[in-house]
Amino acid sequence: MSHIKFKLNPEQLTELKEVCKSFNNDKGELINVLHKAQGIFGYLPAEVQEVVAKELKISVAQVYGVVTFYSFFSMMPKGQHPISICMGTACYVRGGEKVLDEFKRILNIQVGETTPDGKYSMSCLRCVGACGLAPVVMVGDKVYGRVAPDGVRDILKNYE
Amino acid sequence: MRNQIMELVKITIDGKTVEVEKGATIYDAAKLIGIDIPTLCYMNMGDMNIKHNPGGCRICVVEVEGRRNLAPSCVTPVMNGMVVNTHSVRVLNARRTVLELMLSDHPFDCLVCAKSGNCDLQSLAQRLGIREIPFQGEQSTYRKDTSPSIIRDMDKCIMCRRCETMCNQVQTVGALSAVNRGFQAVVAPAFEMNLDHSPCTYCGQCISVCPTGALTEVDHTRQVINALADPKKTVIVQTAPAVRVALGEEFGMEPGTIVTGKMAAALRKLGFNYVFDTDFAADLTIMEEGTELLGRLNKFLAGDKKVKLPILTSCCPAWVKFFEHNFPDMLDIPSTARSPQQMFGAIAKNYFAEKINVKREDLVVVSIMPCVAKKYECSREEFSTNGNPDVDYSLSTRELAQFIKQANIDFNSLDDEDFDRPLGESTGAAVIFGTTGGVIEAAVRTAYEIHTGKKLDKVDFQQIRGLENVRSASVDVDGFELKIGIAHGLGNARKLLEDIRDGKSEFHAIEIMACPGGCIGGGGQPYHHGDTSILKARFKAIYREDAGKTIRKSHENPYIIQLYKEFLGKPCSELSHHLLHTKYFDRQDDVFVD
Repeated sequence: MSHIKFKLNPEQLTELKEVCKSFNNDKGELINVLHKAQGIFGYLPAEVQEVVAKELKISVAQVYGVVTFYSFFSMMPKGQHPISICMGTACYVRGGEKVLDEFKRILNIQVGETTPDGKYSMSCLRCVGACGLAPVVMVGDKVYGRVAPDGVRDILKNYE
Repeated sequence: MRNQIMELVKITIDGKTVEVEKGATIYDAAKLIGIDIPTLCYMNMGDMNIKHNPGGCRICVVEVEGRRNLAPSCVTPVMNGMVVNTHSVRVLNARRTVLELMLSDHPFDCLVCAKSGNCDLQSLAQRLGIREIPFQGEQSTYRKDTSPSIIRDMDKCIMCRRCETMCNQVQTVGALSAVNRGFQAVVAPAFEMNLDHSPCTYCGQCISVCPTGALTEVDHTRQVINALADPKKTVIVQTAPAVRVALGEEFGMEPGTIVTGKMAAALRKLGFNYVFDTDFAADLTIMEEGTELLGRLNKFLAGDKKVKLPILTSCCPAWVKFFEHNFPDMLDIPSTARSPQQMFGAIAKNYFAEKINVKREDLVVVSIMPCVAKKYECSREEFSTNGNPDVDYSLSTRELAQFIKQANIDFNSLDDEDFDRPLGESTGAAVIFGTTGGVIEAAVRTAYEIHTGKKLDKVDFQQIRGLENVRSASVDVDGFELKIGIAHGLGNARKLLEDIRDGKSEFHAIEIMACPGGCIGGGGQPYHHGDTSILKARFKAIYREDAGKTIRKSHENPYIIQLYKEFLGKPCSELSHHLLHTKYFDRQDDVFVD
């Protein structure tokens, strides 16, 4: 659950309603609407879900049900520096999980969460196509290869 | 239009051949020839227009010749020439494994579970002869959520999602939905708020259809027992009309058996000092609501354009909460009359207490209701004085049955007894409050006679009665055509409300009950397990009870007449307004994220 209060401004509200309208406010298009909405806001805060529910004439509970079912959808705003740790086969066997644990330990957040200061968020991904550099970590668009747990702090130093 | 000719297909199930309509499922076809395929998620209350077949529980799998995989019978349409086996070794093994897996993630607390004896999961485990669970592992856990009426214990949820269908499709309340996925999946309100922060109306229809103990009512029996044991307290009880036509089912009687006399006898044995009847207050409701209806009609007929019509009934607490959440712009349309439960409470604590010389705090009012929303209703702040509620505890029909059994009372052999006076006298008009259409018929009986000054030849208004979801009827009131709308089930109510909002409604008065069937199908009634014939039997019993009454019009109840003479003055008097009427609140902002 997001602790950062989100309030739609009038322009955002109009934009969101336009998205719903572009799918004819059809409840069968819920996933597409949410996909577009996440594209706009970066995540799906409660207020966005409430507007979508109202426009598509379904309950907020059902919208929330879909948001929580698909791992693609997130109710957490992404951090200023989104960190992705590869859990693909090659990265995993070369210690990706230990790297992940180190990130968890230092940042004190779980996968899918954002630090309270909004600086970092953490997610896992499956293979960035750089298996030769395994284990791989991405921060924003920058790729770090052959990361060891004791190198995690050095990576984070670049973003302090 | 040309008559559609039904296309039939022939299929063989367990060696029996049957012809069924094209489009029917294997499950339906089997049912036709008396084969009861077990299921935990399927629900079909056809004549109530309630259907739920997500094909999720996989208990109903069957073997279809020529098909590689087992087929879930509740979602597999029949095809001509199909040969089905519902109990092959493969089917029995699969069904057993599915159930064992479900049970491996279910608490083993049947001994203390509120649903024990009425649990579909428990009876299926019994039916399939499960004696041990071969699978061991982690069990999912979720916080227990307690609201004024309903308890959610998601550890017992098997994700059949029947409640979701009732809450969203049938009631259009939208409080519950399946959320999260896999092992974490539960049924919850949006953002996993607690129920009391959701738009839940506490209608309890989710409890009615839950196959397990995941959704149950808050039990107040212990508090009532404690009050009865307290020598300082005078404890009185009121019983709602729909309870007397359903309570017998809990004691093995045929659905539709009327047990009014036995119920009064049992309550007296339980130790209540006075056994009264909510029906008395139903008569009082008619006096107040009927007067309000006539007042608005007369203004309307005199050309007042601003008068709010149609008037809506306000007896049903789930319905009241529903419009407070969903139609806050229309709070001035419903009648301001309190529900019979609350009218009874107000009269008991302000009139009767004084009559018997008992202090308000020492009088405990208990109600027996077919409903779980009544628990919420009596906890609403506006229905209490200095923190002392007008109605202290509300027990459901099920809780009363349990209480009677607990007290070693042989219900079936009890001799009939009568209610006490003065708050136990009632008319046939009050009894029919228990079914859809009853409140408005009762109101018409009284409004007609008061308005025209003439006696009704016939008090039975057949045009109002029935179980169709939305009904309309008109009654000739001395040349004036009174147009009446009736809806039961909140989804149906929503349609009538939207018509009013759009200025399309032609009705002068509308009756709404939140539960399908009205109170006879209430969330606190004995479990009907989806069998609509039980609801129909209760429906008929209500009208039988009405027909058997000597007095059938509320305004002729001698004790009501006395109450107005001694205490209230006249209907809608200042004192009536203070004690018997209420106001409504915009609850849009009650729904929030913690």
